[in-house]
Amino acid sequence: MLPIQTALPLCEMLAGDVFFPQQASTIAPGVDKLFYFIFWVCVFFFVLVVGFMTAFLLKYRRKENFDASGPTHNTLLEATWSVLPFFIVCYMFYEGVIGYMDLRSAPESAYEIKVRAKKWAWEFTYPNGYSTNELHVPPNSPVSLLMQSDDVLHSLFIPAFRVKMDVVPGRYTKLWFDATVPGKYDLECTEYCGEKHSEMLAIVTVHNDRSEFDAWLAKASDVFGPVDRGEKTLAQVGSELALRKGCGQCHSIDPQKSKKTGPAWWGIFGEDHQFVDGTSAKVDENYIRESVLKPTAKVVKGYGGNMPSFAGQLKDREIDALIEYIKTLK
Amino acid sequence: MATVAEPMLAHKHEPEENYLTCSSGFLSWAMTLDHKRIGVMYLFAVTASMLLGGVFALLVRIELLTPDKTLMDHNTYNHMFTLHGAVMVFLFIIPSIPAALGNFILPVMLGAKDVAFPRLNLASFYLWVAGAIFFLMAIAMGSLDTGWTFYTPYSSSVISGSQAGGIVAAVFGAFILGFSSIFTGLNFIVTVHTLRPPGMTWFRMPLFLWALYATSVIQLLATPVLGITLLLLILERTLGIGVFDPALGGDPVLFQHFFWFYSHPAVYIMILPAMGIISELIATFSRRHIFGYRFIAYSSIAIALLGFLVWGHHMFTSGQSPLATVIFSALTFTVSIPSAIKVFNWLATMYKGSISLATPMLYAQSFIFLFTIGGLTGLFLGTLAVDIHLHDTYFVVAHFHYVMMGGTLIAFLGGMYYWWPKITGKMYNELWGAIGCLMVFVGFNLTFFPQFMLGSQGMPRRYYTYLPHFQGYHVISTIGALVLGTGIGVALATLLWSLWTGRKAPANPWGGVTLEWTCSSPPPLANFEKTPTVGDPYDMEQVKWDAKTESWIPRPVSERTGNSASH
Ligand code: HEC
Ligand SMILES: [Cu+2]
Ligand SMILES: [Cu+2]
Repeated sequence: MLPIQTALPLCEMLAGDVFFPQQASTIAPGVDKLFYFIFWVCVFFFVLVVGFMTAFLLKYRRKENFDASGPTHNTLLEATWSVLPFFIVCYMFYEGVIGYMDLRSAPESAYEIKVRAKKWAWEFTYPNGYSTNELHVPPNSPVSLLMQSDDVLHSLFIPAFRVKMDVVPGRYTKLWFDATVPGKYDLECTEYCGEKHSEMLAIVTVHNDRSEFDAWLAKASDVFGPVDRGEKTLAQVGSELALRKGCGQCHSIDPQKSKKTGPAWWGIFGEDHQFVDGTSAKVDENYIRESVLKPTAKVVKGYGGNMPSFAGQLKDREIDALIEYIKTLK
Repeated sequence: MATVAEPMLAHKHEPEENYLTCSSGFLSWAMTLDHKRIGVMYLFAVTASMLLGGVFALLVRIELLTPDKTLMDHNTYNHMFTLHGAVMVFLFIIPSIPAALGNFILPVMLGAKDVAFPRLNLASFYLWVAGAIFFLMAIAMGSLDTGWTFYTPYSSSVISGSQAGGIVAAVFGAFILGFSSIFTGLNFIVTVHTLRPPGMTWFRMPLFLWALYATSVIQLLATPVLGITLLLLILERTLGIGVFDPALGGDPVLFQHFFWFYSHPAVYIMILPAMGIISELIATFSRRHIFGYRFIAYSSIAIALLGFLVWGHHMFTSGQSPLATVIFSALTFTVSIPSAIKVFNWLATMYKGSISLATPMLYAQSFIFLFTIGGLTGLFLGTLAVDIHLHDTYFVVAHFHYVMMGGTLIAFLGGMYYWWPKITGKMYNELWGAIGCLMVFVGFNLTFFPQFMLGSQGMPRRYYTYLPHFQGYHVISTIGALVLGTGIGVALATLLWSLWTGRKAPANPWGGVTLEWTCSSPPPLANFEKTPTVGDPYDMEQVKWDAKTESWIPRPVSERTGNSASH
C-alpha cells in the first residue's frame, strides 16, 4: 500500500481489512488476531444486549393492565453474569500481557538505530553515524529504535507494524520491530507536540534484502562523494541536507516567500536583516553559520526564538553546503 | 414489604406558591440559598457551556472535512480542539449531572428541605462562575493550545513563552472549578448522611442518590490532586522549581501520573451519576422494581473505589515500567465487570415490564445502546498488546465519546426530559422530544462509529492535516456531527418551547415513586409540606394511572398485591 492514495479512498479501504492497514511486521498478525477475538466477543455481547432490549421493548410494551410482578432479584442469574465476563476478561488480559512482553523486549541481536524527535521532524541515525529524516530498515531482522526527544513529548507510531512508543525528553525510550514485507510505510507522531504535530510524519522503507539495505546506507552516507567526484555541486548536496535535516519544516524556499514558522529563504543572501533587539546585520556566510549553530544570538524581527540549535548535528562541510544552497535561492 | 406505610403522594390542594413564584427579582435568584434555584442556575450555565463546547466541536469537525486546510490554520485548529475538550470536560460534563440535576433533585428525592450547607452550595456555584470566567479569558487571549490534558513539558514551554497569559488563566480556571466540585461533593455527602427523613434508610435510597453519593466521594478525594498538580505547574514556571520539566530536572511522566490520578476517577464523576439516572428511568418507564437493587448500589461504590487504581491505563506507551503497565491493565479489567453487570440489571428490569416509550425512556434506551459500545470498546484498550496500536488514535477518541457523550450527555438529556415537568411545571411535546432523541442517536453513531475504523487504520488524534486515504470516514463523521448538533438543538428547543406552550404538569406525570414525585410540580420552596413518609423507592404499585387528571395518583393500600417489592 502506498502511503498516499487519493483515488476512491473509502472503497479501497473497505476492500482491504476494515480495521487494519497491511500487516508488515512479525507481531502484526498476533495483534490483529487478538483484536478480532475481542471484536467477536464484543459483537456477541452487543447483540445479546441490544437483542434483549429490542425484544423486551416489543414484547412488553405498555398495556392497559400491566403486570408488575416480575422478579426483582435472582442470585443464580446475577452470579452467572458476573462470573462469566470475569473469565473472558482474564483471558484477554493474559493474551494482552503476552503480546505486550514481546513488544517490549527487543532481541539482543537487534540492529540499533537512534531516533531524535524534535518539533516537528524525525531524525534517524544509523550505526555508522549517518543521519536522515527517513527510516530505512532491512527486512526479516529485528531493528530496535533508541529514542530521545529534544523538546516536548512525541510518540513514534508505525501503523503497519502495530508499534508505538512515546519519546520523552530527559530519558531514553525503546521500541523494536521485525519488518516482514518490503515496501514503504507511514510513520506518524501520535503525542500532541504543538503547531505541526500532524505534519510530523516520516516514511519507513523496508528494503528487499539486507544487501540492498547495506548498499543504500553506503551510498547515502557518502554525502560528499558525489561532490568530490564532480557528479553534484555543493549546493545540490545542501538542498538535500535542508530536506533531510528538516529545515524545510520551518523555512520556505519558494519565490513567493510563503510564511512558515521561520523566515523564508528566497533571496535572503546579501539582504540586511533586522533583529528583535533592534540591531541589524547583513546575511552572509558567517551570519548563516551563526544562525544554525547559535540561533538565539540574533533572532529575526517578527519571529519567536524557536529555531533549534544544530550545533553538534551538522559538520562544517555540511554547513558550507547549506550556505551554498541558500545562496542559489534567488 | 406489604407493611410499608403509605407515602404521602396526594395533595388535596395545590400550594399557592412554588419555588419559582415565591419571590422575584434578580437578587432573589443571585443570592438565593434554595437548592432548586441554584440547580436551575447551574442548568442554564452548564447547558450554555455545552453549546459553546459544541460549537468548537463542529468547527473541529468541519476543518477535518478535507485532509488539508478547510477553514482555519494549524494554530486555530489546535486551539479549537483544546477548547472543545477543556470546556466540555471542566465546564460541562463534570458539573452537568451532579451540580445541575443533582442539586435540584438530591434533596427532594431524599425527602429533605435543602442540602446540608445552603450557603456553601451557593458559593460552589459562584466558584464555578469564577472558573468559567477564567476559561473565557483564556479563550479571549487566544492562546490555549495544549490539549485539555495540559501535558508537560509542552504546556510549561507554552507558559514560559509569549502566550503565557492564556494558559495560566485556563489552568487557574480549572483549579477554581476543582474547588467548586469539592464543595458540592462535600455538601452532598453531608446531606445524605444527616438529612435523611425518618424511614429513609440507606437501602431505601433511590439509586440516583447512591450514584451521587459515590460521585461525591470521588470529587472529594480526587479533585485536590488536580488542584495540587495545577498549582505545581504554575509554581514550576514562576519560581523555576523543577517538577515536571526535564530542562529543570523534573519528570514529564510524573505530570501524567498526577493528572490521570485525578482525571481517571473524573471519568467516573462523569459516568456514575449518568448510570444513576438510567436506573431511575428504566424502572419508572418499565413500571418494574429495579432488578438487583443492592448490586447496583454496591457497584457504584465499587466503581468509585476501583476507579482510583487504574489511572496508569492512560500511560501504556508513556515509558512507565512494564510491571506497572501489566498491573494497571489487570485492574482496568476489574472495573469493567461492575459496569457490565449494571447493563444486565437494567435489561432484567425491563423483562416482564410495562414499557412506555416516552422521551426520557428513549434516551435511556439510547444510553444502553451507546454505553454498551463504549464499554465494550474499552476492552480493546485494556488489552495491552492491542492498546499499543490503538493508543492516541481516533479509536480512543471514538471510545471515550461513546462513554462520555453517549453515556453522560445522553443521560443528562434523558434526566432533563424526565425532571423537566418537576423543575418547570410544564409538559413538553412528546413528538418533538422523540424526534430530537432520534436525531441525536443517529447523528451520534454517524459521527463516532467511523472513528473506530479511522483509529485502528492508524489515524492519530489531534491531527490538523491527515493522509488522504482517511478522508472517506472523516466526511461521514463530519456529516454525522452536523446531524447530531441539529438534534441537540431540537432537543433543547423542545424543552424551551414548552415553557410557553406546555400543558401544566401534574405532580406525577410518569408514575415515579421516588419522593420528588410526591411534591407538586414545581415544588414549593420547602419541598414538602410535611415530612414525607418513605417507602420502597421502586415499588411501582404505590401509584396508579388516573385518566381524569392524566397523572399518577397513590393507590390505596387495600388495592395492592404486594408482589413487586418482594425479593
Ligand atoms: C522549528 C523550526 C525551524 C527549523 C527546523 C529550522 N529553523 Fe531556521 N529559523 C527558525 C526561526 C523561527 C528563525 C527566526 C528566528 C531566529 O533568527 O532565530 C530561523 C532563522 C534561520 C536563519 C536566519 C534567517 C534570516 O532570515 O535571517 C537561518 C539562516 C536558518 N534559520 C537556517 C536554518 C537551517 C539551515 C535549518 C536546518 C538545518 C533550520 N534553519 C531549521 C526556525 C527553524
Ligand atoms: Cu506530535
Ligand atoms: Cu481512564
